[in-house]
Amino acid sequence: MTTQQESPVSAVISIQVENESGALARVIGLFSGRGYNIESLTVAAVDETRRQSRINIVTTATPRVLEQIRAQVDRLVPVYRVSVMTAADPHVAREMALVKVIASGERRADALRIAQAFRAHPVDASATSFVFELTGATDKLDAFIDLMRPLGLAEVSRTGVAAIARGAAIL
Amino acid sequence: MNAASHQTDLKPHAAGTDTTVLSGAEVLLRVLVEQGVEVIFGYPGGAVLPIYDALFRQNAIRHVLVRHEQAAVHAAEAYARSTGKVGVVLVTSGPGATNTVTGLLDAMLDSIPVVCFSGQVGVPLIGTDAFQEADTTGITRPATKYNYLVRRPEDVATCVHEAFHIARSGRPGPVLVDLPKNLMVGPAPYSDAPRVPHPSYHPQTEPGRDVIARAVAAMKGARRPLFYIGGGIINAGPGASTALRRLVEKTGFPCTSTLMGLGAMPAGDRRFLGMLGMHGTYEANMATHGCDVLIALGSRFDDRVTGRLDAFSPGSFKIHADIDPSQINKIVPVDVGIVGDARRVIEMMLEEWDCTPANTRQPIDVAQWWHQISEWRKIDSLGFSQDMAPEAIIRPQYAIRRLYELATATGRDTYVSTEVGQHQMWAAQHFGFSKPNRWLTSGGLGTMGYGLPAAVGAQVAHPDALVIDIAGEASTLMNIQELSTIAQYRLPVKVFILNNQYMGMVRQWQELLHDSRYSESYSAALPDFVKLAESFHGRGLRATCVGELDGVIADMLAHPGPVVADICVAQDENCYPMIPSGAAHNQMLLGPDQDDEISAEGRMLV
Ligand SMILES: Cc1ncc(C[n+]2csc(CCOP(=O)(O)OP(=O)(O)O)c2C)c(N)n1
Ligand SMILES: [Mg+2]
Repeated sequence: MTTQQESPVSAVISIQVENESGALARVIGLFSGRGYNIESLTVAAVDETRRQSRINIVTTATPRVLEQIRAQVDRLVPVYRVSVMTAADPHVAREMALVKVIASGERRADALRIAQAFRAHPVDASATSFVFELTGATDKLDAFIDLMRPLGLAEVSRTGVAAIARGAAIL
Repeated sequence: MNAASHQTDLKPHAAGTDTTVLSGAEVLLRVLVEQGVEVIFGYPGGAVLPIYDALFRQNAIRHVLVRHEQAAVHAAEAYARSTGKVGVVLVTSGPGATNTVTGLLDAMLDSIPVVCFSGQVGVPLIGTDAFQEADTTGITRPATKYNYLVRRPEDVATCVHEAFHIARSGRPGPVLVDLPKNLMVGPAPYSDAPRVPHPSYHPQTEPGRDVIARAVAAMKGARRPLFYIGGGIINAGPGASTALRRLVEKTGFPCTSTLMGLGAMPAGDRRFLGMLGMHGTYEANMATHGCDVLIALGSRFDDRVTGRLDAFSPGSFKIHADIDPSQINKIVPVDVGIVGDARRVIEMMLEEWDCTPANTRQPIDVAQWWHQISEWRKIDSLGFSQDMAPEAIIRPQYAIRRLYELATATGRDTYVSTEVGQHQMWAAQHFGFSKPNRWLTSGGLGTMGYGLPAAVGAQVAHPDALVIDIAGEASTLMNIQELSTIAQYRLPVKVFILNNQYMGMVRQWQELLHDSRYSESYSAALPDFVKLAESFHGRGLRATCVGELDGVIADMLAHPGPVVADICVAQDENCYPMIPSGAAHNQMLLGPDQDDEISAEGRMLV
């Protein structure tokens, strides 16, 4: 018998679903109904001809629960394929943030400098404000937002994570 | 007007050659005919009037009018479980649809194939809080295997075909199809069943050879093996039960069953240990605790079965076969997981058993295991004593034993449904089933009010069979209106009420866990069930003491029409044996004298 002494790990659950109105509701209903956590969620159509969408959900759970999530999601009728990507599985995970900073003078200059270092692009600017666009791994976005906080961080809008396996492997 | 002149031809035509313009409702019925549907359980209303009109103008499909939409689903479940076909339900929008939710979830948890059609307001009105509009697909999503809101006429036929395929294949379950009224009135094209129904849906039914081989190798090395079978065997069809009986015979292993698996093994078989779990037999639970190889087939380690998880079958090598991959390792980590249809799994185990080398274990080991089991059997954990004085109070176990014996003596094919409570457990313990598909009970959801409509469904499916609802007085009242359905269709259903004037199972838990504070569990103001039966055009009978019991049962069985038998039984009887909440299988309570304290953790459990 296996003994289970596992600690939770972060994972992206990538789900290829039929592009129909109830599919997203079924997936997120499964998460809330079974008490699984959703830290971020993205969904968009990825294949118009075959009417398929991709959902990415970031969650934290023990490997055994992750396997259970995978199996539960996989048995949903509109789900084509599902993969669970943890740090152990080579994959790329990115998200995008729009970050509004309201600042002037010294703090405005600091914000711009830091944005350059992070390769965040100002996509909107006024006399008193900036909107930066920043893409990257979640921790990079977190770090940038933390740095903006004392400089006049006013509002954040994030997409949530999109992920894909490295190499030739496909979902 | 002559009804015959209104008959619409619903017979299938070759695809493409058919140019008749059908309404959506006619397309629906034509697909149903094509799917082999003979009976619909339903209740009309505004949004489904076009469908009812189309029903009126055909005679291929029979409609059974229930008296509450929940009952339609339970009737369809019992129809499905007793025939192996898909049960079909038709209800109106709004309240008609919401009334089905309990039934749908019941079918979901017990994996029963049901297709439920609900009316919906016309597509242009959706989202406007129109009269009797409900977000039916939203409400039923977690209660169904899949559901559809059909939005375009050209989707009617495809969705309905697909719904049947999804309901019956893989792990069976309920599928709901929400049908806006305008699509039923307007023209819709007919199309045959899609060749690839729902491309994303691909249940695996064929198990892998490698895992079967690993399982059989472990079985051959077992010294204390045990089969633990469940409702999946019933769902896999009678062939699965036949195969199971061969496997049990060939291996010589003992076999226990869950509540849902009863009938897969004949109750009287010497290798059958009875039901396991909370109210299972002593020998079944001790064997589960003590086995070294546990072979779970179509069962899902439900909490009623496992009791305290960290003490469940400790140290055994576990094999788990299920058609639903998400069941494997869900509750109990297993050593070999097999995904596949139960029948195929068992057939492949039989083949593998025959073509691999003889047992590595000493035959003497399994003989010792059987010796141990026979010692446990001697405890006679289902035993009870009945005072046979004619005026003595009837014990509920005795009433079921006599019902079983007298029903068996009729030689008739017998179907038993139950409500939920103590009587359900006593029925499981004391009514022996020798065939699959004869036992109709709400296992996963534990729905009071299941049994009476279930008896309707079973009797509609098997008009000549003996159909008995073993009921409690409280549960019966939850769907008592179905006596009217029974009267209308002259269904000779026998309602056998073990009337203890309590919600007995609740009272038992209050006695054991809450110092006998019987909060709201007394069945006050009960109707006179005899008069109630008569007012629904049936026969009412009552037994108040042992001397009256056999006569009442005999009258009930002999009467050609519906009967309600009010069997007044001991009020304070508890259902034993019992694994108290939070306890392990080897810590069973065998009777009232054994007064073990229930742990604080146990009190938290349901
Ligand atoms: C719809 C529903 N409501 C509540 C319960 C909780 N419950 C389980 S058993 C029971 C009592 C059943 O009483 P009765 O039908 O008289 O059966 P008995 O236990 O007395 O045999 C209750 C209230 C339930 N299972 N289903
Ligand atoms: Mg009762």
